[in-house]
Amino acid sequence: MLDVTQFPILSFLTFLPLLGALFILVIRGDDQDRVRRNAVNVGAFVSFSVFILSLVMLFQFDGSSADFQFVEQSVWFAELGLSYHMGVDGISVFFVVLSTLLTPICILLCKQSVTTRIREYVVALLILETLMIGTFCALDGILFYVFFEGVLIPMFILIGVWGGPRRVYAAFKFFLYTLLGSVLMLLALIYLFIVTGTTDIPTLMASPIAASAQYWLFLAFFASFAVKMPMWPVHTWLPDAHVEAPTGGSVILAGVLLKMGGYGFLRFSLPMFPEAAAYFAPYIFGLSVIAIIYTSLVALVQDDMKKMIAYSSVAHMGYVTLGIFSVNTHGLEGAIFQMISHGLISGALFLCVGVVYDRLHTRDIKRYGGIVKNMPVYATLFMIFMLGSVGLPGTSGFVGEILVLLGAFQVDTIMGTLAATGLVLGATYMLWLYRQVVFGPAEHKDASAMKDVNWYEKIALVPLVLMVLWLGIQPNFVLDRVGPSVEKLLNEYYMSISLPTDELTRL
Amino acid sequence: MTEMSLIADLYIARADVFLALAALALLVIGVAIKKQAMPIVAGLGVGALVAVMTMVLQQDNGDQPVTLLGDMLIYDRFGVFMKCLVGLGGIAAIIMGARDLYGHVIARFEYVILVLLATLGMNLMISSNNMLTLYVGLELQSLALYILAAFNRNSLVSSEAGLKYFILGALSSGILLFGISLVYGFSGTTSFPLIAQTLAEQGVENIMPMVVGLVFVMVGLAFKISAVPFHMWTPDVYQGSPSCVTAFFAMAPKVAALALFIRVLFSAFGGLYDDWVQILYALSLASMVVGAVAGLVQTNIYRLLAYSSIGHMGYILLGLIAGNVEGMSASLIYISIYLVMTAGTFAMILAVRNKENIAAVNLSDFAGLSRKSPILAYGLAVMMFSMAGIPPMAGFMGKLFVFKAILSAGHITLAVIGVITSVVAAYYYLRLIKIMFFDQPSSADHYQVRESYVLRWITVPAFVFVIAYIAMPDRLVYEAIQAAASLY
Repeated sequence: MLDVTQFPILSFLTFLPLLGALFILVIRGDDQDRVRRNAVNVGAFVSFSVFILSLVMLFQFDGSSADFQFVEQSVWFAELGLSYHMGVDGISVFFVVLSTLLTPICILLCKQSVTTRIREYVVALLILETLMIGTFCALDGILFYVFFEGVLIPMFILIGVWGGPRRVYAAFKFFLYTLLGSVLMLLALIYLFIVTGTTDIPTLMASPIAASAQYWLFLAFFASFAVKMPMWPVHTWLPDAHVEAPTGGSVILAGVLLKMGGYGFLRFSLPMFPEAAAYFAPYIFGLSVIAIIYTSLVALVQDDMKKMIAYSSVAHMGYVTLGIFSVNTHGLEGAIFQMISHGLISGALFLCVGVVYDRLHTRDIKRYGGIVKNMPVYATLFMIFMLGSVGLPGTSGFVGEILVLLGAFQVDTIMGTLAATGLVLGATYMLWLYRQVVFGPAEHKDASAMKDVNWYEKIALVPLVLMVLWLGIQPNFVLDRVGPSVEKLLNEYYMSISLPTDELTRL
Repeated sequence: MTEMSLIADLYIARADVFLALAALALLVIGVAIKKQAMPIVAGLGVGALVAVMTMVLQQDNGDQPVTLLGDMLIYDRFGVFMKCLVGLGGIAAIIMGARDLYGHVIARFEYVILVLLATLGMNLMISSNNMLTLYVGLELQSLALYILAAFNRNSLVSSEAGLKYFILGALSSGILLFGISLVYGFSGTTSFPLIAQTLAEQGVENIMPMVVGLVFVMVGLAFKISAVPFHMWTPDVYQGSPSCVTAFFAMAPKVAALALFIRVLFSAFGGLYDDWVQILYALSLASMVVGAVAGLVQTNIYRLLAYSSIGHMGYILLGLIAGNVEGMSASLIYISIYLVMTAGTFAMILAVRNKENIAAVNLSDFAGLSRKSPILAYGLAVMMFSMAGIPPMAGFMGKLFVFKAILSAGHITLAVIGVITSVVAAYYYLRLIKIMFFDQPSSADHYQVRESYVLRWITVPAFVFVIAYIAMPDRLVYEAIQAAASLY
């Protein structure tokens, strides 16, 4: 048995993909085809190993404990007192697994969707994986920021090099938009550092911040996480980035990168600035409900498949913020579950779009139709993800949304009711999309002549189908492990906001 | 002064004495060899600078500053730190010059001599403890730089750059001298410690003429570090000078001028902190904004880097505004990282050349570089991300330190403006990456990567530093804090 208490499993998880990337970079050879094939094979092998390792971690994870586990701490920056501090708790552990699950799938499918510079594509994905896992494992604020912000670099390259016609615009918009949000968070982190003398996240969670400062700090962090999330009205980078990004980029973007915002709220905003969170919660509620309804309506009128799914992502992320800022057990667990479920479903939906895009090279919904006859397997897989996105009972999407709505109703009935209408709207556009693409009259010969999913695509999509169904039937696998950490977060939250304000300011 | 103490003083200043002698000796050697002297003199020049840096590092015995020649010069840890940076800048400039000028009609060994003399001037500036040594060092540096700017005498733009630099530089020197004379007229001394003493003894109501003098001194110095609004010469000189000279301009003189700024403000005018911090505030703010905004519309890579360096100077001045050891060490860390990034960037740019062996000047010349030479394109992209301050590159750490210093000092507005301008500036760094990676080269494109082994002596260490600095940041920070603390 692997003794995980001694083995630095999180560092291995984080930096193994980077090592793989370096290895791919040094592959040399005259035969370009062989180099390419080797790059993909090495990338798939490394990322799959990382996935297995993350499963080992998940099953070693003690779900009954709310503490950080697999903790590693060593001196990183003695002069400043920063440490290389890694660890996962119930909130972050599933995001790590989500990252390690989606990366091998993207690498597996890159031969289909990427024709040029495959080697660099795999390298970018592996570097991205390192940064994503690092973001969720980092327990030092500056270390977190380094990973969080570093994600922009490979994503910028992914969109810009392998993206669609407007890739340059999308890449710049993505980069600058998120950077602007993040730098304000950096200032807030540095401010926290100056006030408390540490950037260690567990220590920061335990040290109360003066209420007057909390509001500004909360807003600075909010600027970063809201853009990343993305919340209405700062979501406009997302449709552009999604539409232009290559399939793999879209999958990672929707599957993991958007979760960094929600994770940030749970890791920083709620535990560190409880008073400000309580103060701003109603406003964020409002924004979330607007996001759910407005972006669902916008999704209804799209004729670009990727754009529609991108807007549906914004709406689904609205549920996440709604759940987080209802600050109760149902809301928080629902938000985390919704993020995991959305990571699987939206990732899979982008893969499904990628499958037909690779064959027809258009994302225009009107160009498809009647493909069910030739692509029955595809139609089935697509249907399950579509229904998951709609939130049909039995899929993971249902569990997340129902928990979030339960949480929201406990706080505000009207807001909860309004948010619930999003379910209907979501069903409307997703069913419409499915009907137009899969059923409908076969007007276009090339569309109805497409070949069904091949083995690569099956290998990529079937595990996701199983996950979506399994989590829909057995949500407790996730909820049991998330529970203790959420309880701890809630206890500390309500303890600090019940403290009188003047007592806090003295600290 | 007895003969013994003079010899003892010269022994302490042995690095500077050696550098002066080495420059003269290389001049003789160069003249003696005549043809093809450049490679040999360049090699010897690098050797001389390495020897100087070794001596400088040995000089650091104990933390006690040593003054000599009647308090004219001061040797302390701060000087050691800055001289090492200047030395590195000089070495990088000579190596780049050996490549850039190779095979060119202007590949004359005098380039190396001028770089060495400029470095000597900078070392004197760094060690100056008196307005007179300050001025002499500054002029020695500047005169060498004027000639370097016009080094390509066959080129109209290079001559123009030299002339422009000379006229504006002379003007700023005049302003500086005027300020010095005002300060001297008031305090009766040119020595930094004595000026500080006079300030401490005089009441607040009596220091007005001193402040006026200080303003003129600061204007003169702001010109040298090209802080806005005294930056006008920078883009033109960067554009017109030979590329390797531009690289030198972007590195060593900035370090030396920053050292002067620190010496003058903290050693001499520390008592007037409340007065000069307002000027620095304006300089820093304007530099960050102009450096970010004006860079957006540039199409010439050297003009772009000129505005980039202006912006970086704004961030470096942030540390001085904090006005404490933390702030100053942050500035020192920033400029160290800036120096390495700049060296790496210029060395990589110099590798992109056309058939006539002329280095690329327009941003569009870099189109499709990632296909022609992926390694170089990735290297340059890393440098650009670092300049933009994106983690995990070293440039991020520099920004982290100055923002921490400025926030500790309570200047939140300045910090917010600083991060926003850094986002604006990120746009033009990304633009170069976009051109290299996303754009297709035009059909008329004839720029190729002509790498040479000499440049790798710069690009590889700079690349490794920028990537790996985040893993072991302590040593540089420790040295910077020690250097800053030695001024107090």
